[in-house]
Amino acid sequence: MHINIEKVSHQYETKQGMLPVLKDLSLSIKRKGFTAIVGPSGCGKSTITRLVSGLIKPTQGSIFISNKKITSPLSTVGMAFQNPVLLEWRNVIKNIILPLEIVSKNMTYNQKRSNALDLLKLVGLEEFENNLPSELSGGMKQRVSLCRSLVHSPEVLILDEPFAALDAFTKEDLWDVMHKLKKERDFTCILITHDLREAVYLADQVIVLSGRPASLQYDVKTNFNEEKKLSDLYSSEVSQLLAILRNQIEIAQNKND
Amino acid sequence: MIRINNFIIPLFSLIIFCLLWELLVWYNNWPNYKMASPSDLWPAFWKFKHLFLIYGWETFWRTVVGLILSVLVGLSLGILMGFSKTIRIGLYPILVGFNAIPKATVVPVIALIFVGMHNMNTIIIVILISFFPICVSISIGLSTLEREYEDILFSLGANKFEIFYKIALPKTLPEFFGALKVSTTLAFIGTNLMEIIEPHGKGLGHLFDSGKISADYPLMFAVLITLAVMGIFLYYIVVYLENIFAGWAIRK
Repeated sequence: MHINIEKVSHQYETKQGMLPVLKDLSLSIKRKGFTAIVGPSGCGKSTITRLVSGLIKPTQGSIFISNKKITSPLSTVGMAFQNPVLLEWRNVIKNIILPLEIVSKNMTYNQKRSNALDLLKLVGLEEFENNLPSELSGGMKQRVSLCRSLVHSPEVLILDEPFAALDAFTKEDLWDVMHKLKKERDFTCILITHDLREAVYLADQVIVLSGRPASLQYDVKTNFNEEKKLSDLYSSEVSQLLAILRNQIEIAQNKND
Repeated sequence: MIRINNFIIPLFSLIIFCLLWELLVWYNNWPNYKMASPSDLWPAFWKFKHLFLIYGWETFWRTVVGLILSVLVGLSLGILMGFSKTIRIGLYPILVGFNAIPKATVVPVIALIFVGMHNMNTIIIVILISFFPICVSISIGLSTLEREYEDILFSLGANKFEIFYKIALPKTLPEFFGALKVSTTLAFIGTNLMEIIEPHGKGLGHLFDSGKISADYPLMFAVLITLAVMGIFLYYIVVYLENIFAGWAIRK
């Protein structure tokens, strides 16, 4: 499913009047692509996730998934956030099957459970099926949250800084988990992040947004290697790419001031 | 071991409390019309044991029925106020005003509206006094639900009702039980207000009143202790229910 964002502008109503966050933003994400969106804080990145998932409608312009205009939420979309928002009263497996309870009401519990278990094995948490979220570490919770966003086999996965609150090593573990999930479950993915290394390592396309109101500032392909490895991040090729991106962020921040 | 401790420790503190009380009365050499001591209570209790059984039961069932109804009223109002900002800002002044009125002054009004219907009068007072904490906690719990919780289901096309019973309601249960504990103790105040102020000859409140009229101070104290015991009993029933329905929120 390819995603097209066409001349989208969006503004919020605040006490101080209208606050424009996106202005004439156009970008396209190819089918099965992995696109990272970076930009200065508060430039409207999260607004893009809410627009693509159909939770809000743009003030101007349109968004298309497979040439179909989005007007309401779609069950073919999965979402994960910085806060894993697990339901504390449900154990791990019941947390993961939550989307199926909405999308596939006719599915039996055993089917739902086996779908969820497949994903749990992929992220290496199959022993924690019956644990409550309060018994898991931050990284484990985020793994469960990723499983939940994928259990209904969405064609588009939207990640809003899911690894931002994790420590550096857990983060790198989760990046590899993400690579694995992408390989097994091939979906189109949009990742919002503040971490340029994360963007370069996970995505095949990185988009830099300008300061608020945000529009497209820079767009780069990051296919520096067929199978990316963590050690690649320290190669000169990637360092150069990171330097360019860092520079672009600075330009975007200056516009904000 | 933990289970035994949960029983032994409160029992131990109760015994110490009674000993200190006995010691206080003995040391000051107070007569029992000034303050009855724990050792005076048992004879008073035994003398009127039939009345305690009959009246105690009357007070108890009316309190429980009133409490159940106040949960229903508090829940429904709380849900309405939690989901609609208009209803919330519209109802709050009325509810706060209502709650600020001393319930003792409402008793004669209610008693005049429903003359002679003692059970109903008592239950109405219980509802009026206990629904407020439940209503407030539910409405706050629902209206402060984080946006991400809604988003994970809304983005799949779920409706408001599904979000309510799959996420909002279970997430609010710990707050609900906290409020229910407060309401449980308030409910006994409601029952006894009606029983003491409107003398219609029923319930422990009436027994307390008889003790006052006949200057039987140990009897009055015995009634108070019975009420305290019933309050503790009902409180632990709520704790038991909390463990079943919201046990996930209790730190082990």
